[in-house]
Amino acid sequence: MPIRNPRDFWSGVLFTLLGGGTLAIGSKYTLGTAARMGPGYFPRILGILLIVLGVTIAVRALRVRGEAMPRLRLRPLVVVLGSVVLFGAIVRPLGVALSTVILIVVASAASPEFRPRESLVAGLLLAALAVGVFVVGLQLQLPIWPLQP
Amino acid sequence: MELFNHLATGFGVALTPVNLLYALVGTLLGTLIGVLPGIGPVATIAMLLPTTYALQPVSALIMLAGIYYGAQYGGSTTAILVNMPGEASSVVTCLDGYQMARRGQAGTALATAALASFFAGTCATILVAGVSLPLSALALKFGPAEYFSLMVLGLIGAVVLAHGSLLKAIAMILVGLLLGIVGTDVNSGVVRFDFGIPELSDGIGVVVVAMGLFGFAEIIGNLESTEKREIVRTELGGLWFTKQQFRLAAPAALRGTALGSVLGVLPGGGAMLSAFASYTVEKKLAKDPSQFGKGAIQGVAGPEAANNAGAQSSFIPLLTLGIPENAVMAMMVGAMMIHNIQPGPQVMTSNPGLFWGLIASMWVGNLMLVVLNLPLIGIWIRLLTVPYRLLYPAILLFCAIGVYTVNNTSFDVMQTAFFGLLGVVFAKLACEPAPLLLGFVLGPMMEENLRRALLLSRGDPTVFATRPISAGLLAAAILLVLVIALPNMRRRREEAFQEP
Repeated sequence: MPIRNPRDFWSGVLFTLLGGGTLAIGSKYTLGTAARMGPGYFPRILGILLIVLGVTIAVRALRVRGEAMPRLRLRPLVVVLGSVVLFGAIVRPLGVALSTVILIVVASAASPEFRPRESLVAGLLLAALAVGVFVVGLQLQLPIWPLQP
Repeated sequence: MELFNHLATGFGVALTPVNLLYALVGTLLGTLIGVLPGIGPVATIAMLLPTTYALQPVSALIMLAGIYYGAQYGGSTTAILVNMPGEASSVVTCLDGYQMARRGQAGTALATAALASFFAGTCATILVAGVSLPLSALALKFGPAEYFSLMVLGLIGAVVLAHGSLLKAIAMILVGLLLGIVGTDVNSGVVRFDFGIPELSDGIGVVVVAMGLFGFAEIIGNLESTEKREIVRTELGGLWFTKQQFRLAAPAALRGTALGSVLGVLPGGGAMLSAFASYTVEKKLAKDPSQFGKGAIQGVAGPEAANNAGAQSSFIPLLTLGIPENAVMAMMVGAMMIHNIQPGPQVMTSNPGLFWGLIASMWVGNLMLVVLNLPLIGIWIRLLTVPYRLLYPAILLFCAIGVYTVNNTSFDVMQTAFFGLLGVVFAKLACEPAPLLLGFVLGPMMEENLRRALLLSRGDPTVFATRPISAGLLAAAILLVLVIALPNMRRRREEAFQEP
């Protein structure tokens, strides 16, 4: 059977899987009774509802036409998220100043208009701004330079 | 009258130098992000939440609220001058506002937008003040069953009046509810859905979810599309109206204010819906509808008044009942909870300074926006010329630092990145993230109310139908679903969301 509405179909599959996962993981929490709800009660209701909705959406997607799935371009996704995760990992050991420069340069690479030298300058300026606003201004506990405790 | 005393208290709080400063910061920031496309109030509030920890709760809320209605002003400026809506609710202003600008009437259009918004803001402030007392009194009669049903109605209403597939939006609410209950269950002490990760035992932070779904996902989405923005420079012209223009604009602003005030209170309502509705109404009522799309002043005055009234009156359900009805209000709930304030009708009596101070500062903020924005327009326009490739890394930086400093752990940053990924997946699948955020914020409260209601009724689930208020609320929710599910309403709803 052709999938007439791929976006809805895969949404439905996702919801069904989430519902199923909830029921599976949630089964180890005590259910309790209606009068004395245990930790597993609400998750079970949600899980069942999700499965019902998910299946309904997926089945309807087999019959009702919809738009095609848009293409996913990996570069912006990987670069943006990767740069942020990298920042989170290095901000303490390397300090705000260096981490900011690295974040700005790496993140800018996600744009088709990437200009390395411009990003470097922007990174340096923003590092100064970040230190000024966050560490000095807002008194947040962040090391500025590498290997500070 | 009691109301005047309350407002006096409120202004006493709002006019302190500290709160004036935060109102200014909030409205300026709001205007800034309203002008800049690619970043909206939800992501900005998420970014600033961590910085508000050290502030007084009322100052924090004043600033965050300022961001929301400030963004409406900012969005109008770019809509008129550059034909680009900085905010979703400004899409409608582009239609006639930009045409007016092309005719050399940019100044008039801007002045119309600003004054209509200020008028609407004043009326909305009075409305919020007037309506809260009776509504809160009503809400104090609510027991857990009524609260649960109210939350159901709020959530259903929010998706019914919103974009896209109804079933998928409800599913997104359910996913949000699930994410909301991750962490320690208050009643039993059991840690749920933590996958053995100790950092999750306190649950997922609202900043993490909002920033990932609304901030990162939006940036990635912008980078994927390769549209180029045209910056057209236009002659500003004078800031005055002719008598004729005033006669057309003033009633439109009045109608827009009324529409926005009503639609803003409804779940799912707020600025955008009000603006769209106002444009449709003005077009239908105009003596010369052919002018619309070519520079009709009513097409600017009405929607601008509506979107500001809608933005402010969407605070009513939050402040009186504790129910958020759009994503921005959900963030405000998050902010209140971070400051240990339980949203609900008791806020008014237990924390009157906060309640009335917030309301009063909304008017003060509106005044600031009118006075400051018109002179600052040149700066806003210059900001628009900053290329996106320089802008988004800065936004990412502020987000990353903001998230990191909540708990000083890189795990939070990774979580936010995960939600960013999730946001991109949802965007591809055409699933709206706003219902998820609403469900996320309400999840623990819904479970708690359900539990208490069933405890009080000794396990009898019919309690939701037998208690009159609760039954009424649930019936309204079911009615909403049925009405929208009817085929011809579905068509009308889809039509309403296409550009007029």
